[in-house]
This record gives sequence, C-alpha cells and structure tokens, in this order.
Amino acid sequence: MTIEKTPVADFATDFDHTDPAWVADPYPIWEDLRQRCPVAHTERYGGAWFPATHAGVTQIAKDTENFTSRTVIMNDGRPDELALPSPIGVAPPITSDPPFHQIARKLILPAFSPGAINPLEPQVRALCRSLLDRLEGRDVVEASWDYARLIPPSVIRQMLGFPEADTDVFIDVVHTITESVDLPEDERIAAFEPIEEYFVAQIEDHQANPRDDLTTFLLNAEIDGQKLAVEHVFGTMILILVAGIDTTWSAVGSSLWHLAQNPSDLERLVSEPDLMPVAVEEFLRFYAPVTMARLVKHDMEYLGVPMKEYDWILLGFPAANRDPAAFADADRFVIDRAENRHVAFGLGIHRCAGSNLARLELRVALEEFIARYPRFTLADPDQVTWSQGQIRGPRRLPIRVG
Amino acid sequence: MRVVIDGDLCQGQGRCFSIAPSVFGFDELGNGVVLASGELSEGELELARLAEANCPEHAVGVVE
Ligand code: HEM
Repeated sequence: MTIEKTPVADFATDFDHTDPAWVADPYPIWEDLRQRCPVAHTERYGGAWFPATHAGVTQIAKDTENFTSRTVIMNDGRPDELALPSPIGVAPPITSDPPFHQIARKLILPAFSPGAINPLEPQVRALCRSLLDRLEGRDVVEASWDYARLIPPSVIRQMLGFPEADTDVFIDVVHTITESVDLPEDERIAAFEPIEEYFVAQIEDHQANPRDDLTTFLLNAEIDGQKLAVEHVFGTMILILVAGIDTTWSAVGSSLWHLAQNPSDLERLVSEPDLMPVAVEEFLRFYAPVTMARLVKHDMEYLGVPMKEYDWILLGFPAANRDPAAFADADRFVIDRAENRHVAFGLGIHRCAGSNLARLELRVALEEFIARYPRFTLADPDQVTWSQGQIRGPRRLPIRVG
Repeated sequence: MRVVIDGDLCQGQGRCFSIAPSVFGFDELGNGVVLASGELSEGELELARLAEANCPEHAVGVVE
C-alpha cells in the first residue's frame, strides 16, 4: 500500500528524503540547507532532523552517548522504548550500541579485513567478465539491472560457500530481503519464512561439512567461549546481505552513470589505469550511496536545535561529502582528487565493516566494464531511474556501447 | 620524522595502507598499523603525508 504524500514545499522545515525532488537530485537541496539552516527539521516520520554539514554529521556519527543505532532505517511513526529492540539490536553490530557493539563487530571484522578480502580479486574479476560476456552483441546494455545489480550477490554467495547452482535463487532471495526493509513487520516475517528455510539448510550443510568459507567462519566464531546460535549466524548473514548488496550495486551504477556522461573522465581511466584507486575514492565521495539514521536518546539542545527523545536523525554521509567547508570544489567531480577524506563508509565505531570488499568490487567492476567498452554513453537519459530511500543509486541505466 | 596511528581514533577505514603500503599495514581486524621503522625515505614521507591527508578519522599523523 502506498500512501500519497504531500509534496515538500520547504525542505528546511518539512524535509522528506522520499520526496520526488530529493530522489531526482538531492544535491542542490543539501547545498541550500547548508546555507540556510544548517540542521533541517520535519514533522514527518514523527519528527526528524537532518544535519546537512560535514561537521554536524561527524559530531553525531561519533556520539554514541546522545544517539542510539537501535534503528538505522527511518520509518513512519515515532518509536518508543517499548517498540525498540534491546541495545544489542536485531542486526548486530549495525543496530548495536556500546558496549555490545564492539563484541559483535570484532566477531566479523577478520572475515572482511584486507587480508581476507584481497585474495578474492581474481574471482570477482572472473565474475564481472562472465556477466559482460552475457551482454555480448548488444548495442545498448542495461548497466544497472544486468551488470551492477548482479555482482554483489554473487560475490557474497561465493564467500558464504553456497552452491553455484543456486546463483539465481540466491539473487531472488537477496532481493526479497533487501526490499523487505520497507515492509511492515508481519509482512516482513512472512516474506522471510522460505528464506530462513533455505539459509538454515545451507548452515546445517556447513555444520556437517565444514569448509573454508564465511559460513564456516561464522559457525566457528565464539562470544565468551560460546559458539554462536544458528539464529545468530542467520541474523549476521542477513545483515551482510542487507548492508552489502544494494549499497555496492548503487556505487557501481552511479559511477558508470557518471562515466557515460563525462567522456574526458572515461578517457583518462582508459589511458591511465593506475588512476583507478584514486578515482574510486572520488566516485565514493561524489556519489556516496548510503544515508543512515539514529534516534535521539533524550531531550536536549544539540547543534543549536531542540531535539526530543526518539526524534530521528537522518545521518547524511552523502551530504557531508558535498560540504564546501570540508572539501575544495566540493560540487565538482575531480577524478584525480589527491586529498579526499570522504565519509562514504561512515565515521567512528560503525565504519562500514565491508568497506574493503566494497572497494574491491567497485574497482574491479569499473575496470572490467571499461576494458570491454572503452567508449560508452547514456542511451536515453529519460529512462534512467533512481532508487528511493536511504540507499541512492540508478536502478535502470541503459548505456550505449556500440 | 615519524609516522603514528592513533589507535583510539583508527576505525579501519583503510586509506593509509592503500595509499602508502610500504609505510602502513593492517592487523587481523583491518585496522591500520605502522610498518616503517627508522628514517623514512623522501618518497615514503610524501606518501605518508598523503595518507595523513586522506584519513577520515584523522588518526594518521606525521610528526617530528
Ligand atoms: C559502496 C558500498 C558500501 C557503502 C557505501 C557502505 C556504507 C556503510 C555505512 C555508511 C555504514 C555505517 C553505518 C552507520 O554508521 O550506522 C556501513 C556499515 C556496515 N556495512 Fe557497509 N557499505 C557498503 C558496502 C558493504 C558491504 C559490501 C558489506 C559486507 C558485505 C557491508 C557491511 C557493513 C556492515 C556489517 C556494517 C555495520 C558495521 C558496524 O555497525 O559496526 N557494507 N556501511
């Protein structure tokens, strides 16, 4: 059921990140807010604040005394103590606060450290090539739906050690999961039933036949000398899927959208492949896909505004990345930007645990696309569509390659 | 000149060891560690300064 929302007239006093104007092009809105507010407010969602500056985002991201992560997706209705999950949260560590957060985070970090992730490069590359092979012979390719979208789930399926034959099933499952984020609780639980069955069967297979993969790693992980319960292992897998799929898909899609319209940047990457790691950081800054949320813990005056207990904070890492107070020429994409302290992966204790994997996927996906198609353009700008919500990226992206 | 990583600030953003792999490495959790001991070469110093300028957590320092 979609409820018709009133269009936003003034984002400073009535902002809504699902408003069509914000979805289409949020950057001028944020720049306007930085000059006028700089903390925007809305009565929607039961009351929420949006700091549009790098300084504001930084201060809140690092402040776990005054803000909680127990719900990180802003939704309708004002939560209260009874409706909130425990401080451990439903999806540790992203929905956990200190001190438990640290325990849950340390558990998964070794599986996503550069030491664990760097060796995956050849298989990510082979995957990208095989996806491009499937597009062979077309003059126009759907670079979001038929390329970027398919990379992250396959990489995670391989990491989890789930059967290759299940690739398509797995991708469907993943979409059900990531789309369920916006569903009411009962529908979400119903949607999850067959998924849980599938995952539990895979987990049990790994219990019987341990091997060198992420599932076995999670099954062997211990908190206080105790192995994790199957539900905890399942919960962690769901978090990895929710956090790692649409996000990376969006980053790859936005970067290709940029290159399709900026031939000089594309030419530079083709002629100077060593520039790619620096360019990847600028893609992440300029098109940061992930906005998070926090809840205010108690009534207080903060950043000059009167916050109330359980007000939402929409934590705009993408807006922070465009703040001229923090970046020279903030509104210009500079492919070889040498100094780039962007915050696309967040700041402080919740820094994206998957950032090494995300960077690997983004870099290799772009390298392989460019190697296959050294020149490409937007086939039809009117057909490009953008996701709505806290993850921003193109969902349809027809690109002319021939 | 010495390079330091403030372990309280470092969150494993991963910029330092990508930019200056001869100066910085990473531990089992993916947090940054200083590899280089003794005098840094001119080139290493330049990369270390670049790493400092790219750390989102302001955890990397090049100090006297
Ligand atoms: C370009 C792609 C990605 C972006 C921009 C991104 C961004 C973020 C951000 C901003 C946070 C901080 C959340 C907060 O402060 O509340 C985060 C957390 C997290 N991300 Fe990512 N992410 C990406 C890809 C991935 C991937 C591929 C994975 C894993 C497979 C992943 C796993 C996680 C996890 C587990 C957390 C929670 C960390 C914690 O709370 O300690 N992410 N991500």
